[in-house]
Amino acid sequence: MKITDDSPPVLSALDRPNSYIGRSVPRPNLQRLTQGRGQYVSDVTLPRMAHVVFVRSPHAHARVVAVAAAAAKKSPGVIAVVTGAELAKVMTPWVGVLTHLKGLKSAPQYPIAVDVACWQGEAVCAVVARTRAEAEDGCELVEVTYEALPAVTDPETALDAKTPVIHAALGDNLCFERKLDVGAVDKAFAESDAVVETTFMFGRHTGVTTEPRAIVADWNPSEQRMTVYQGTQAPHMMQNLFAKHLGLAEQQVRVLTKDVGGSFGIKVHTYADEMATVALSKLLKRPVKFVADRIESFVTDIHARDHRIKAKIGVTKDGAITAFEIDDLTGIGPYSVYPRTSGIEANQVVNFTGGPYTCPNYRAQARVVFQNKNVMCQYRAVGHPIAVAVTEGLVELAAAKIGMDPLEFRRRNLIADDAYPTQSAAGLKFEKLSHHEALAHLDSMMNYAGLRAEQKKLRAQGIYRGIGFASFIEVTNPSAAFYGVGGARITSQDGATVKLDAQGALIIHSGVTEQGQGAEAVLAQCVASSFGVSIDKVRVVTGDTDNTPYGGGTWASRAAGIGGEAAWQAGKALRGNVLAVAGAMLQAKPDDLDIRNGIVVDKTSGTERLPLEELARVAYFRPDTLPPGFQAELMATRHYVPRAWPFAFTNGIQASYLEVDTDTGFVKLLRHWCVEDCGTIINPQLVDEQIRGGVVQGIGAALFEHCLYDERGQMLNGNMADYLVPMAVEMPDIDCGHVVSPTADSELGAKGAGEAGTAGAPACVMNAINDALRPLGAQPLTDMPFTPGKILRALGKV
Amino acid sequence: MSELPLNLALDISLTVNGERVTERVEARKTLVDFLREDLALTGSHVGCEHGVCGACTVRLNGEIVRGCLMLAVQCDGAMVETIEGLSDSGELADLQLAFEQRNALQCGYCTPGMLTAAQDLLKRAIDNKSVPSRDDIREHPSGNYCRCTGYHAIVDAVEAVAQEREKARAGAKP
Repeated sequence: MKITDDSPPVLSALDRPNSYIGRSVPRPNLQRLTQGRGQYVSDVTLPRMAHVVFVRSPHAHARVVAVAAAAAKKSPGVIAVVTGAELAKVMTPWVGVLTHLKGLKSAPQYPIAVDVACWQGEAVCAVVARTRAEAEDGCELVEVTYEALPAVTDPETALDAKTPVIHAALGDNLCFERKLDVGAVDKAFAESDAVVETTFMFGRHTGVTTEPRAIVADWNPSEQRMTVYQGTQAPHMMQNLFAKHLGLAEQQVRVLTKDVGGSFGIKVHTYADEMATVALSKLLKRPVKFVADRIESFVTDIHARDHRIKAKIGVTKDGAITAFEIDDLTGIGPYSVYPRTSGIEANQVVNFTGGPYTCPNYRAQARVVFQNKNVMCQYRAVGHPIAVAVTEGLVELAAAKIGMDPLEFRRRNLIADDAYPTQSAAGLKFEKLSHHEALAHLDSMMNYAGLRAEQKKLRAQGIYRGIGFASFIEVTNPSAAFYGVGGARITSQDGATVKLDAQGALIIHSGVTEQGQGAEAVLAQCVASSFGVSIDKVRVVTGDTDNTPYGGGTWASRAAGIGGEAAWQAGKALRGNVLAVAGAMLQAKPDDLDIRNGIVVDKTSGTERLPLEELARVAYFRPDTLPPGFQAELMATRHYVPRAWPFAFTNGIQASYLEVDTDTGFVKLLRHWCVEDCGTIINPQLVDEQIRGGVVQGIGAALFEHCLYDERGQMLNGNMADYLVPMAVEMPDIDCGHVVSPTADSELGAKGAGEAGTAGAPACVMNAINDALRPLGAQPLTDMPFTPGKILRALGKV
Repeated sequence: MSELPLNLALDISLTVNGERVTERVEARKTLVDFLREDLALTGSHVGCEHGVCGACTVRLNGEIVRGCLMLAVQCDGAMVETIEGLSDSGELADLQLAFEQRNALQCGYCTPGMLTAAQDLLKRAIDNKSVPSRDDIREHPSGNYCRCTGYHAIVDAVEAVAQEREKARAGAKP
């Protein structure tokens, strides 16, 4: 294993001449975005396109008694006013369950509420008009009669006998429950020298993509085809769902995804208003566009992380963790979100808690309950930020309790770097992790001893700085174990097709998608390297179900590790095909040839034999000159899915250095570090930028972001002025370091890096705040986000 | 008071990216909607529609403004510059290159607004013959939300261009 900071990894199989693997190559076509020439779905206009705006329930729970649409229908520009019952004739409802999450249940959800609206913001009527402004005018004229129903908002009482059941047919408000009991937990706690017990709270928050969700659906009855322009992470998944619920064949649906203004997991789900837009296009036989406005985004984009976790850790006086125990309660809104379900987050909390450590005793309970708030589902780093905050919060509280340095405490408990393959108490299988190497790297990178000395000195001057850490694991490169085994048509494999054009350049089509992570750069790097051309000769096409290989898209940190490997293999396969042509043209053995920098060369001497442009000219325009019976195949497709391991786990450790103003409760972030191990690093710059962006989203959770609801289920801060997200002025510089432990499951050896930052940042900011305030005797803060008010209360100042 | 119709329209004339434009627009239409819908200048983006996120930042008579907080009819007679014009003129070329080389954008949705805001800071810095500090750079676009990058690379890019431009200014013969 080798520690590297932005230097290419040493890799035999990948060590091709002119390899781009491990190089910070700029992303192709970025100028499109810097010059304002991107093509986001918000920008799409089509002939005869109409705009839909939804009338949304102001109640968290209400019976829709009547919808009076006559006045709206007469409003200038209005084309149609459509109710839930009318649209239910066009599109069937869906139920968000997966069979491998045993017992998980949900109720049928419709594109527009039919009888009962179950959260504030659920659509109850659609107004379609020539312009968006006219559709909004029409909405003002729709009169909906509601009969308010009692709102179930508090997860703590959602399962009480006297609490109303949201979906009577389900019998209760329990969506999903999981229990785990490994080792001898009670015995371990009884034998511990110290036990720390506390409750962690996580503020419900959301993705706040800068471009809201957007979709244009275009049903063409003459072709019997639905073309959907959608800002989505998973075009093939959406193709399946649109087809299924409209009663069409998948062949009749094409999903096109060009530029997407941020996703982070927000744009990988089925949204009722987007399904309604597609159904409206079918009904009205013309293109219909929906772009959520910001207030709609806050009350309909999936929320996440609303968990209350009672947690307990046992330790011996020499710093060995003896047991972990958690009790997780989470409220996920009125429906389990389709098709990924709203059970995965709690499931991952159970799976990942205690994950970096050797401790064999672990007990967990998770209950997922329905409530009348907006739905919750998978958002960047699904479950990780919660499991990591609980684990690492307990770890640092326990270390403090026995008076041990938090890094030393971790050294005594992290799984040893030579222990692999191994598995966690929860049963997660680890191929190769590097917790100790990462910790050692972080220790020196941040000058830990120096910072502790500075902290001590400043404390004497009444300045309270804190240092906090978070070790973590991240699940990446999921196999079918994630969704496929549960019956969802969400593919875990991905494909790449590489074609040599008539001038010797390459075009690659891939099933993964680009929302800014740099997937297209990674694909270009992989195929340019394995085939043997300079990267400017590679054109990448993604986001078109008519033209790309069937694939899963971009989520769960899979695009580089899975899509990249498919591209690598496709490039290799095409190199073989091209060398067969070269062999025929040069009367040489293909095995003696190679392609380097766009030229066929002798493999051993490197002597240039034939430019690809000439090879392509002959193969396409003078095939008559090739030997009889020889057919050039200048397009190759390869697919890849991880098989040896259900998931490629990565690991790392983060640190936060911050200062708390004990008079105002404000936290000033001074510096942040992350050392992670995502295996082979294809593009160091893109990995670092994924880490940095992820860290800042995690910091948002720790300090700012919170969807505030009142007891009636009304969201109180559904706008960007009141819902705070991190801004440049508040964020620290973020230093990244790497350890490289490639996965042997693929030739490339790359694991994912998209969620590591978000997984660990909330925990280490929490730990740093508590470290800063510990000498003041403050009660440890465990209720995110850590607002100035909460900090002042912990200090006893308010 | 008699009620005005919702779709009351007025004629406006203005200069957009150096071109004369005369259009009839609804009085209620924002500048950014006018740019995007009437002029098909889709480089200015709509993020929040209440002046917080900065995705619609454009230049109006030389000053940066929120396209969602201006009505198009307020711009009668004005000179408007958008990312398309600032790109075509080459004014932002070095800044755009710095963003591309440092991956100071991911999804790119905030980028036109971010570049326009950063250019405003850089112009002021050159006028003052100074190089903004990292703290200044973090402070200035604090009304421009980026949800992808974590801002570090944006600060790096703007800082590098500030230094290059100041070097070029100081080195240029008077």
